[in-house]
Amino acid sequence: MSSLSWMAWTKPTAIFFITIACILVAMTIWQIKAPCVERKGFLPISTTPGDRLFIGLLSSAYIHLAWLGLTTLNLWIAFIIAVIWMIIVMRWG
Amino acid sequence: MNKWEDNKAWFLVIPVFIVVAVSAILPLMTVVNYSVQDIFGPDNRVFVGIEWYKDVLADHRLHNALQRQLFFSAMVLIIEIPLGVLIAMAMPKKGWGASLSLVLVALPLLIPWNVIGTIWIIFMRPDIGLLGAAINGMGIPFDHTAAPLDAWVTVMMMEVWHWTPLVALMAYAGLQAIPEAYFQAARIDGASAWSIFRYIQLPKMRGVLTIAILLRFMDSFLIYAEPFVLTGGGPGNSTTFLSIYLVKLAVGQFDLGPAAAFSIIYFLIVMLFCWLFYQVLLKVGTGDKS
Amino acid sequence: MKIQKRTIGLIIYFILLMLPIYWMINMSLRTNSDILSVFSFYPEEPTLANYGKIFTDKSWYSGYINSLSYVSMNVVISLVTALPAAYAFSRYKFLGDKHLFFWLLTNRMAPAAVFLLPFFQLYSTFGLIDTYFAVALSHCLFNVPLAVWILEGFMSGIPREIDEMAYIDGYSFPKFFLTIFMPLIRTGIGVTAFFCFMFSWVELLFARTLTTTAAKPIAAIMTRTVSASGLDWGLLAAAGVLTIVPGALVIWFVRNHLAKGFALGRV
Repeated sequence: MSSLSWMAWTKPTAIFFITIACILVAMTIWQIKAPCVERKGFLPISTTPGDRLFIGLLSSAYIHLAWLGLTTLNLWIAFIIAVIWMIIVMRWG
Repeated sequence: MNKWEDNKAWFLVIPVFIVVAVSAILPLMTVVNYSVQDIFGPDNRVFVGIEWYKDVLADHRLHNALQRQLFFSAMVLIIEIPLGVLIAMAMPKKGWGASLSLVLVALPLLIPWNVIGTIWIIFMRPDIGLLGAAINGMGIPFDHTAAPLDAWVTVMMMEVWHWTPLVALMAYAGLQAIPEAYFQAARIDGASAWSIFRYIQLPKMRGVLTIAILLRFMDSFLIYAEPFVLTGGGPGNSTTFLSIYLVKLAVGQFDLGPAAAFSIIYFLIVMLFCWLFYQVLLKVGTGDKS
Repeated sequence: MKIQKRTIGLIIYFILLMLPIYWMINMSLRTNSDILSVFSFYPEEPTLANYGKIFTDKSWYSGYINSLSYVSMNVVISLVTALPAAYAFSRYKFLGDKHLFFWLLTNRMAPAAVFLLPFFQLYSTFGLIDTYFAVALSHCLFNVPLAVWILEGFMSGIPREIDEMAYIDGYSFPKFFLTIFMPLIRTGIGVTAFFCFMFSWVELLFARTLTTTAAKPIAAIMTRTVSASGLDWGLLAAAGVLTIVPGALVIWFVRNHLAKGFALGRV
C-alpha cells in the first residue's frame, strides 16, 4: 500500500470522495438510461443535469466556506442548507 | 453543431484522460486529505477536521493578499485591454511589416517568467538600471527593493510589458477576421474612424476580447514567478500575491495543513471564474456559427 | 496622415517593448566590474567573456540541456495524447463531452502552487524526483489541456466532408488520421507545439521544485544566482539572453500563424 500512503488518506475524506464518485456514476447511468436534454429553469442559462450537479456542488462548497468564515455555528447546519440547495438546483434549476 | 453522436469517441480521449487524471485528480485528492490533518511526518499525522479552514479564513495576511491580488488583477485589465486593442489596431495588416510586428510583439511572451523578473531587476536597479537610473535622475527617489509603492509600480509595469502583447495578438486575430468589404462599405458611407471602431471593429472583436479579459484575469490571479524573482513578495508584504503567499506557507514554513486548506479555497475561487469563462466561451462558439 | 500617426505610435511602443531586452543584451556584453563602475548606454568595450563562461562551465550549459530535454519530452507527450482527443472533441458528441472539456480547461487555469506539494510527494514515492520525466509529466497538467484546446479550434475549421469521403473510400481511422488529416492540420500542430514549447520553457515553479541537481533547468540555476550574494550581473544577463534565443527562433517559424494560435483557433 506504499503507493497510496503518500496521499495521506483519512476516513472522512475517503467517504467524501467515494460519495462524489458514486454520484458521478449514478448520473452517468441515468444519462444512458434516460438521455436528458438541456432545459431552462430558474438559473439564467439552460443546463443539463450534469451542469446542475456542478453548479450545486460548487455553490455548496461556497456555502460551507461562508458559514465557516462568517458564523461560529455548527457546520452541520451549513451541510443541511447545502443539501437542500442541491435538491432545489437539481430539481428546478 | 451537427456532430456525429458516438460514445466510442471516448476511446480517443482516454490517453488525455489518464495523463491529466494522474497529474490533476490524484494531487487534488491529496490536497483535500492534507487539509484536514495536522502533519508532522509521513507516519505521524492527526485528524483535525475543519480547523485549518477556520484558521485560514480568519487569517489577516490571507485577506490582505486577496485584496492586493484583486486590486492587482483589476488594474491589469484596466491597463492591458485598451492598450492591447490600440496596438492591434495600429499594427499593419499585410506585408513584411505585419510579420515583423507580430514577431516583435510576441517576443516578451517567449521569455521564461523568471528571466522576465531578472530583466526587470537589471532594468530598474537605481544604480545600474536604465529606467531606475532615469527616474532617479529626474529627481524622484525610486527603489523597488526598499519602497513598497515603488515595488508595486515596478511589478505592475513588468506585468503590462509582459502580457499586453497577448491581448494585442488576440485582438489582432479578431481584427484580421473582419472582411475588407466591411471597411470599404463604411468608407463609402463616410463613416468616421470612431464609428468604424464602435460599430464594426469592436463588435467583431467581442468574442476574442471576452476570452482575453478572462484569460488575463485568471493568469494575473495566479501570478507567481515574475514578482517572486523581482521582489520576493516584499518589501514587507507589498507584493505578496496569493500564489506567493501559498508557496511561502507550503514550502517556506512547511505548514502543510493550512497550505492545503488555503489551496482548496484558492482552487474554488479559480473554479468559479473558470466556469464563467467556459460559459462565455460556449456562447462565443455558438454565436460565430449562427 | 492618420496612418502616419499610427505608425509612429507603434514604433514608440516597439522601442519601449525592446528597451528592457536591449538593456539586458547591453549588460551581457560587459564585465561585472564595468557594469558596477560606469553607467553606460552601450557597451564601450564589448566582451563575450560572459557567454564564454556559460558555454564552458558545465553547471551553466547543462541547465540548457536539461531544460531542452524535458521541454521536448513534454511537447511530444502533449501532442501524442492531445491529437486524438482533439479530434474526438471536434467531430463527435459523446457522453459528458462538454463536462470533460471544461474539466480539462480548469487544469489549464488551476494555480500551479496548489499542485506543488502533492506532486512532490507523488514523484518522490515513485522515485522520479530529479528526472526529466517528472518535470515533463508535471507540465502536462497545463499543456495537454491547452493542446487539446488549440487543436480542437484548428480541427473544427476542416470541413467534415473530408472525413466522410475518406471513410467512404475505405480508409481505416488510423490510416485516414495519419495520411490525410494530419497533413491538413499541420499548421495547427506546429502552432500547438509552439505553445507547448513556450509554456513548458517558461514555467519555473514545478521545474524548480521537482529537480535537485541532475535535471535542474536553466531557469532554476539563474534564480539561485539571483539569490546568491555578490551577483555577477553580466553573467546573469548573458544567461537571460540565451534563454530568449530558442523562443525567438521558434517564433520566427510560426510567425504567420501566431495570431490565430493566440486566439486559440477561435476567431
